[in-house]
Amino acid sequence: MNHAITIFKKQIKDTLKNKAIFIQFVMFPIMTLIMNNTIQFDEIPENFFVLLFAAMYIGMAPLVSISAIISEEKEQNTLRVLLMSNVRPHEYLLGIGSYVWLFCMLGSGVICIAGNYSLKESAYFMLAMAVGIIASLLLGAAIGTFSKTQMMATSLSVPIMLLFSFLPMLSLFNNTIAKAAKFTYSEQIRLTLAGISDPRFSGESVCILAANMLLFSGLFAVAYKKSELA
Amino acid sequence: MNDTIITENLSHNFGTHTVLENISFKVQEGEVFGLLGPSGAGKTTLIKILTGQLKQKGGNAKLLGTDTGKLGKDEHAKIGTMMDNFGLYERLSVYDNLAFYAEIYHVPHSAISDMITDILKNMGLYEARKTAVSRLSKGMKNRLSLARALMNNAKILFLDEPTSGLDPATTREIHTVLQKQRAKGTTIFLTTHNMFEAETLCDHVGLLSNGRIIEYGEPRKVCRKYNHLNRIQITLKNGEVVSLENNKAAAAPLTEYLEKDEISAIHSTEPTLESVFIELTGKGLD
Repeated sequence: MNHAITIFKKQIKDTLKNKAIFIQFVMFPIMTLIMNNTIQFDEIPENFFVLLFAAMYIGMAPLVSISAIISEEKEQNTLRVLLMSNVRPHEYLLGIGSYVWLFCMLGSGVICIAGNYSLKESAYFMLAMAVGIIASLLLGAAIGTFSKTQMMATSLSVPIMLLFSFLPMLSLFNNTIAKAAKFTYSEQIRLTLAGISDPRFSGESVCILAANMLLFSGLFAVAYKKSELA
Repeated sequence: MNDTIITENLSHNFGTHTVLENISFKVQEGEVFGLLGPSGAGKTTLIKILTGQLKQKGGNAKLLGTDTGKLGKDEHAKIGTMMDNFGLYERLSVYDNLAFYAEIYHVPHSAISDMITDILKNMGLYEARKTAVSRLSKGMKNRLSLARALMNNAKILFLDEPTSGLDPATTREIHTVLQKQRAKGTTIFLTTHNMFEAETLCDHVGLLSNGRIIEYGEPRKVCRKYNHLNRIQITLKNGEVVSLENNKAAAAPLTEYLEKDEISAIHSTEPTLESVFIELTGKGLD
């Protein structure tokens, strides 16, 4: 546990000097604040940008950040040094994962504020975001662990990130896409957030989110075994 | 003395490419062992196997009496490694890198600052303590990487090409640090293609070529073994060079030169490790 905390603190120091990762955390919250406050006309449903960007944020920020961090550590051999220094793989993942999760939750908090929700709705919003971020983290960790270099991680994470972050938006305009998109965690989070006035996770949502997480955990396990880190 | 490292018929391959073949040697506690070989000879692969980063395909390897495939917390706590790529956090400062590892090694918080200050002064990096690692020269990164390897008071140091590509002054500084470690009783396993480094630092060397150890022993004994000429070369003060057989017959002329105070320098004709390597493999170490 101490190792995880040490890694967490190291990541916080690193964030201020790592603009690429920092931008991932703040881009969508800032965009939400701007768009939600500047673009307002009758045809747009209430909190349209909040719901859209929240789902896109989940599909993008955690996935890209954690895959970039893990692959960079692999490429620069720091991950190997850590494992040689008695840091267990789960401690490392806990340290990195909790750091990304926390920063994404802070970003989610900003998006939530833009939505001007009640206390109950805000709690529900943050819970849904927390679940979505964890799913995204698992997928990002699998990509980062599988990739030997940062470049490889980017080439894998960008199309996957685009898929998961844009499906919720595209499903708004196309029913066929919506039927397929509903099996993705990011779309389920968008649908869950859309029902924020009646806050509850539907059985279907829970099943799809759990299946997504199970699949990503399996992918991570395979990537971990193939990565020679085991 | 205990054997810290033992390998028996150790072999490894990547697909059809054999990297190591029947490697057998022992490294005793407190010894400096040098593995000499050109790039691609299998040196880094051997270090990875010995430190448990890679599982060999054949034979046995033991570190501190434990199979290297089963190294646990206790064994890892006694190992310090300096690999060919530094394993440092480029955006963090020199101090922050070491402070991070000090916490990983469970150094008490109150002792971290003093400990790092001492290490940085010893390594000549104190002035650069606030500099981001990405802005350091290769020599400074090497020293920082070595500093990190020394932080957990390792009983065994694995150093992969510790002075590769460094200027002579930095190389000398690193040699001084390693000699201090040897004096403390630390076992050092280093790979190098610098025969001077091997002759200066190592108690035993293994010459590695195409995945096989082709010669093993004390550096001087290895050189003497291949001293086929076995002659003494005397440089006189008048510039003349005299070559004598290294046997009893040389005693009379040698005594005469000494009595007349004519000798400027005397050298034996034993080869360097690099010459031995070339004789055995037909190619150099670089």
